[in-house]
Amino acid sequence: MAQMNMIQALNSAMDVMLGRDPAVVLMGEDIGYFGGVFRVTEGLQRKYGEHRVLDTPIAEGGIVGAAIGMAVNGLRPVAEIQFADYIYPGFDQIASELARLRYRSAGDFFAPVTIRTPCGGGIRGGQTHSQSPEGIFTHVCGIKVVMPSNPFDAKGLLITAIEDDDPVIFFEPKRLYNGPFDGDTNRPAVPWSTHKKGEVPAGHYTVPLGKADIVRAGKDLTIISYGTMVHVAAAAAAAQGIDAEIIDLRSLVPLDADSICSSVKKTGRCVVAHEATRFSGFGAEIVSIIQEECFWDLLAPIQRVAGWDTPYPHAFEWEYFPSQARVAAALKVAMEPA
Amino acid sequence: MQRRSRLHVPPTPARPGEAPDFSYLQLSEAGAVRRPDVSARAREIGFLSLELVRVLDDKHEARGPWDPHLDAAELEIGLRHMLLTRIFDERMQRTQRAGKISFYMRSLGDEAVAVAQCMALRPGDMLFPSYRNQGLHIVRGIPLVDMMCQLLSNTRDMCKGRQLPVMYHSAAGRLFSISGNLGTQFPQAVGWAMAAAIKGEDHLAASWIGEGASAEADFHHALLFAAVYQAPVILNVVNNQWAISTFQGYAGGEQRSFAARGPGYGIAGVRVDGNDFLAVHAVTQWAAQRARTGAGPTLIELVTYRAAAHSTSDDPARYRAKDDYAHWPLGDPIERLKQHLIKHGGWSEERHRALAAELESLVAASWKEAATYGTLTEGPRLDPDLMFEDVFKEMPLNLQRQREAMRAERNSK
Repeated sequence: MAQMNMIQALNSAMDVMLGRDPAVVLMGEDIGYFGGVFRVTEGLQRKYGEHRVLDTPIAEGGIVGAAIGMAVNGLRPVAEIQFADYIYPGFDQIASELARLRYRSAGDFFAPVTIRTPCGGGIRGGQTHSQSPEGIFTHVCGIKVVMPSNPFDAKGLLITAIEDDDPVIFFEPKRLYNGPFDGDTNRPAVPWSTHKKGEVPAGHYTVPLGKADIVRAGKDLTIISYGTMVHVAAAAAAAQGIDAEIIDLRSLVPLDADSICSSVKKTGRCVVAHEATRFSGFGAEIVSIIQEECFWDLLAPIQRVAGWDTPYPHAFEWEYFPSQARVAAALKVAMEPA
Repeated sequence: MQRRSRLHVPPTPARPGEAPDFSYLQLSEAGAVRRPDVSARAREIGFLSLELVRVLDDKHEARGPWDPHLDAAELEIGLRHMLLTRIFDERMQRTQRAGKISFYMRSLGDEAVAVAQCMALRPGDMLFPSYRNQGLHIVRGIPLVDMMCQLLSNTRDMCKGRQLPVMYHSAAGRLFSISGNLGTQFPQAVGWAMAAAIKGEDHLAASWIGEGASAEADFHHALLFAAVYQAPVILNVVNNQWAISTFQGYAGGEQRSFAARGPGYGIAGVRVDGNDFLAVHAVTQWAAQRARTGAGPTLIELVTYRAAAHSTSDDPARYRAKDDYAHWPLGDPIERLKQHLIKHGGWSEERHRALAAELESLVAASWKEAATYGTLTEGPRLDPDLMFEDVFKEMPLNLQRQREAMRAERNSK
């Protein structure tokens, strides 16, 4: 099997889909000739031509709106928003149009659009290149929301997203593009070739939406996470010597509530971790579900680990980022004897 | 004749390995474009949005009705500001490469835009810059040390460490907080100008946007509101031909000029040689007079060239022709004003070299001072507690608690 980083895995997913399905088109700012500011679409315009891989004007609302129209006319657009922080001009087209088209037309119209966008911090991007806005979109009914934590899942999930007849927002944690990141900024960067999920099949395969991955089985406590925080939380639990069951949600909508609840019923303890801000974050939804389904199995209050409720500050990146220390503090509370 | 619809892909004149090609550029002769009265109605002066206002000709002479007749002392100030902007940019670029700041964006090649425009405005006018207008801050007298401290996110940073480098602001200098999101400042400038008109003040607002960012809906909102309320605002599109890797044709520049969008909304549109200090100054002064006399908003397209990379994260060798800037037909703004001054203002190569040396020393001394307030890697650091301030005027309880948690987290490391 080939070794790929997340950039190559995503590129391979789109390459496979452009090759298999003439309806698939890519569109976005700087994605064509240049291959994207993170190189995710590198070489695809050269291979498939300027009518399959389109550079667009800088207009996120225009990109999403045009993608909807193209999808309604039989294409299967994969639109890139250059940074998740720049998705908001497209928000009306996403929340009011893309998400509701099937519903309001009683299924007569639908738009199989995939929106890819890099998210998350850890690259000194300041408040406009670091946000994790997934929770805003999970609150909109009618769009699926995905965030992979490794190259294997990234490729399989992206292929599933493109083949899905419903719209999908596909968040790519940019700090994970080149290697897994466990939150330890003093350690030299590690490439994906050192990680088993850096092994990626060259051809077509899918990873289903709505099916969480049990990254590690354990009996002391359940950690529920997605994206970059899967790696940070796993490292923190290991450092604390806790036998944690680690669940990588992979897709937030649809959500694999069964895997969450069966694990928490088993361990009785739970920490939920995401990079996004805490207040009204997606973690609150997970905690609510657990409270409803597993209340009598809980041995300690469920803990949340998240970004602080401030914009992402340039100078305080590592004080802001949910570190292993923040996870450790939550683990400590969650592990207190009943 | 073609019998089917087709998808047009805007051509890019020259990619790596090809010879630079600027034959697409529509030029006018210096001095050839008529200068209408400032009271002219937008619909009567559509030609201004299609021709190119130029004053300095190829022999560095000032020509025609747009010559602002600035005296030599004023021009020397303009030259100084442009040169300082360039030297500052060069030094900050090197500083980023040395790992002292995280990111930088140069304005190389379009220094005349910010400098000449700001000099044509009054101190009370409110400026809504984009991230490539450092000349505005320099002309407004923001100390270089203050700008450098922002770039360093250090203990004297006006943004208290919250913004990426180059996202300056100065409330006292009437320079609005720069956003990393594109085009958002355009309708805000219109609103500021509407407020000035509501309050009966004589101030105008001016804003800058790249031609690439003019694709955003905010650009169109700004033009619409400016037209509806005839707001005293100057809306500037800096057409530097490139939006990172994407040629201006992708922003709509292939079919018609950006200035021509003004008349489409009922606003005066002017297309000007953005590398011609005199022309930029004159056009801005004309637009300012219109704003101050109730003749309404003006959309100015400044035709220039992004000589450098988009930012320190970008490498233009991947997507455009090598040495393209050397072939740019509108030359270099500093060189052109310098040659004009040598011809008519008593300027000389020796004085120019002396000025450059003086400004190099100023930038070096400023950097030395700024670094004492901390860099990314050494010296004093802002207190991370500051992260929780200014989210709201008063810090809510959840943020107070999070601040406590962060302190505990730092002590545990």
